Amino acid sequence: MIRLEKRPTPSRFWTWATPILAVLLTMVAGGLMFAALGKNPFLAIKTIFYDPVLGEFAFYYRGQLLVKAGPLILIAVGLAMGFKAGIWNIGAEGQYIMGAIFGAAVGLAFYPAESWVIFPLMVLAGAVGGTLWAMIPAILKVRFNTNEILVSLLLVYVAEQLLAAMALGPLRNPDAAGFPGSRNLQQYPSASNSELFAGTGMHWGVVAAFIAVIFAYILLSRHLMGFHIRLAGQSPRAARFGGVNPTALVVFCMGASGALAGMAGLFEVAGPAGQISIDFNSGYGFTAIIVAFLGRLHPIGILLAGLLMALTYIGGEAAQATLQIPAAAIQAFQGMLLFFLLGLDVLANYRIRLTREGVA
Amino acid sequence: MTDLLTLEGLTKAYPGVVANDDVSFAIAPGEIHALLGENGAGKSTLVKMIYGLVKPDSGRMQLHGAPFAPAEPRAARASGVAMVFQHFSLFEALTVAENVGLGMENPPPMRELSREIREVSHAYGLPLDPRRLVGDLSAGERQRVEIVRCLLQDPKLLIMDEPTSVLTPQEVEILFATLNKLKAEGTSILYISHKLEEIRALCDGATILRRGKVVGRCDPRQSTAAELAEMMVGSALHRPDRKPAAPGDVVLQVAGLTSEHVEAFGTRLQNVGFEVHAGEVLGIGGVAGNGQDELLSAISGETLGPSETVRLRGESIGHLAPNARRVRGLLAAPEERLGHAAAPDMSLTENAVLSGWQRQDLTQQGFVFWGKARGFAETIIKSFDVRTPGPGTAARALSGGNLQKFVIGREVLQRPDVLVVNQPTWGVDAAAAAAIRQALLDLAAGGAAVIVISQDLDELLEVSDRFAALNAGYLSAPRPAEGLTMEQIGLMLGGAHDMDVAHTDEAHKIKDSYEEHRP
Repeated sequence: MIRLEKRPTPSRFWTWATPILAVLLTMVAGGLMFAALGKNPFLAIKTIFYDPVLGEFAFYYRGQLLVKAGPLILIAVGLAMGFKAGIWNIGAEGQYIMGAIFGAAVGLAFYPAESWVIFPLMVLAGAVGGTLWAMIPAILKVRFNTNEILVSLLLVYVAEQLLAAMALGPLRNPDAAGFPGSRNLQQYPSASNSELFAGTGMHWGVVAAFIAVIFAYILLSRHLMGFHIRLAGQSPRAARFGGVNPTALVVFCMGASGALAGMAGLFEVAGPAGQISIDFNSGYGFTAIIVAFLGRLHPIGILLAGLLMALTYIGGEAAQATLQIPAAAIQAFQGMLLFFLLGLDVLANYRIRLTREGVA
Repeated sequence: MTDLLTLEGLTKAYPGVVANDDVSFAIAPGEIHALLGENGAGKSTLVKMIYGLVKPDSGRMQLHGAPFAPAEPRAARASGVAMVFQHFSLFEALTVAENVGLGMENPPPMRELSREIREVSHAYGLPLDPRRLVGDLSAGERQRVEIVRCLLQDPKLLIMDEPTSVLTPQEVEILFATLNKLKAEGTSILYISHKLEEIRALCDGATILRRGKVVGRCDPRQSTAAELAEMMVGSALHRPDRKPAAPGDVVLQVAGLTSEHVEAFGTRLQNVGFEVHAGEVLGIGGVAGNGQDELLSAISGETLGPSETVRLRGESIGHLAPNARRVRGLLAAPEERLGHAAAPDMSLTENAVLSGWQRQDLTQQGFVFWGKARGFAETIIKSFDVRTPGPGTAARALSGGNLQKFVIGREVLQRPDVLVVNQPTWGVDAAAAAAIRQALLDLAAGGAAVIVISQDLDELLEVSDRFAALNAGYLSAPRPAEGLTMEQIGLMLGGAHDMDVAHTDEAHKIKDSYEEHRP
């Protein structure tokens, strides 16, 4: 019989070892799945995990890695602060869209003037857009005690409609003969978020993501605000006793995650995506939730998880292209990763004992 | 006469601790047998084994001379063993009758059950209205629901775990009358307590547990309380020293404190008012659930009110949040250690920061000096003899008594002008409790005003200069504690509420009539 025994304190070793074990188990289970599909499991795993980094065409994939990981990390770091405090912002996707709209609108308003202030202003506008959108669920929660999960999630769909309206209306490229979508910001030097070093995929959004990781790490480990965030998430009553103002905490966490998601949107629209289009958003805001948990809500963990997640995306696409593995199998593979991670969580808090049936 | 229940060599070990080690004793029919021991002595584990909640590692039990090894509480109940838990297992949103029905194997129709409840409860002097919501009942009344639920099963053995901790002295007397009546009818009772006077008044035999082992048996009516205490604790108990001091100026004034809104099934404070002087201990007695939590939150600042309802040295602070009050010298230690006074999964260092960062200067521009915080935690651990591997340990890994010493120590070492504590020694072993009381007395002797909210009346009489009672949200006028009798205190606490002494013959007839109808 297997018994679970609660540890008095969570195991430090397993807290860090479970993600690695989860990746290994995903490779095994995923390999079995690929084998069942009639593909060579070793080749599939190699295509997903090895080729994008060190393979023959890695020069192309490596750049993609940072392009994909940047926004995931930036958004996930913001979300993790809220999640640690027990504030569930599920609508980062909406804040991401609003950041893109606000930032792009500011850039397009200056078109075709050239000045170095335009791009910083766009970043600021992106942050403001994301924050404002996040303030809707925050204020409704604080004033009327609504559920921020529902409100923030539903606002994603509102934001999507707004995005379509913008792409077809006010932000539409007047020179595009009626086609939807804005001007391409990549062709507007003052407003474009171009690659900083050719071939690396490194753009300002990736820089922002690294800075956010460092700031979040310092905030959470050294600052009283971070202490209060952790306290509020672990035991709300103790937080109230400790003088944490729940209203301020909700506003701060929603605002910070909204600002980071909005900035991620701006960096994307001004860089890799290039323009506001009807279907500009690609689910980063939702995937970032997975990244936040995969990284155990820890900034450094999120950095690694974001890179890993980006790798499975890029490797997954490569596997689809070269090995004809169906897209659904790749999604199942990514699902396995999350499943094993959350399942193995039990090891951090519990000890597994094998016992014989107890004596009556 | 054969014994009703015999235990032989019961042993149960949990990782790192042997909860029961070779425990043997016997209970005769119609005996009230006391199981005496400190918190953590293994009383609860033992009765859980009798009630089928825990399986012993080794040892045997016999009921009516036949082997008895209940696999689950249902089997124990079927054999005639019933138990009233210290923590009630009742649903607040359901009525009394629904709660009773939920605990029965095949409950009769609701209307019939309601009639049974009404009649049995009246007969045993514990009147209950079966239609009332449990959430609206007082703690004493909730206990009646549990007792009546047991009585309807016609138990041969009734186990009662610390039943008097939620009762006023008058209610205790009525409960004893009920138990004596059950005994007269031949029901055996296993009575768990650490209150010596009660056991001496009620019980025919006693088994004393210490660290999981039987360390003594006696007839409590033939022993003195001091003898029992010594067997229970293993050494003579230290009584706190008190140096009566002339009261100083009024430090804290509370006036017209009325809860504006309360949580579901909470208690509304009704125009509570009192003053506390420097160097004085004000004891506030009352059964838990009568507004104690609400009173502490109102003083600590967790619930805010009109500014003039709480005044510290003349300054109105009723509208200020906890941190602003701490800066001014008003500190608090709530009742619930895990999850309120301390965060369970955080280390002791982090928990020291929780309420100590302002007065101990543990931050600068919001950045926490973790080294200094660790030093503060170490100071608490050393000065208050907290048994723990170190300040890095999570709060939940500490035993209740040790964590309580840490929590009280954290507040006391910050040199407050006013300290409010709620149930400072609840669930704490006798030695730790004595240390905590001494620390509170020393704090008052040093010129602080101390408010002790507790339902342990002996404790309050030991530490208080003045005593007030909190009952259903109303606070009585404080009276000098010296010379107060238990009876006077009981009346201040609302007397016997609406309990009623058991009607012996009537009860018998009613119960018999039900048994005939039962399948």
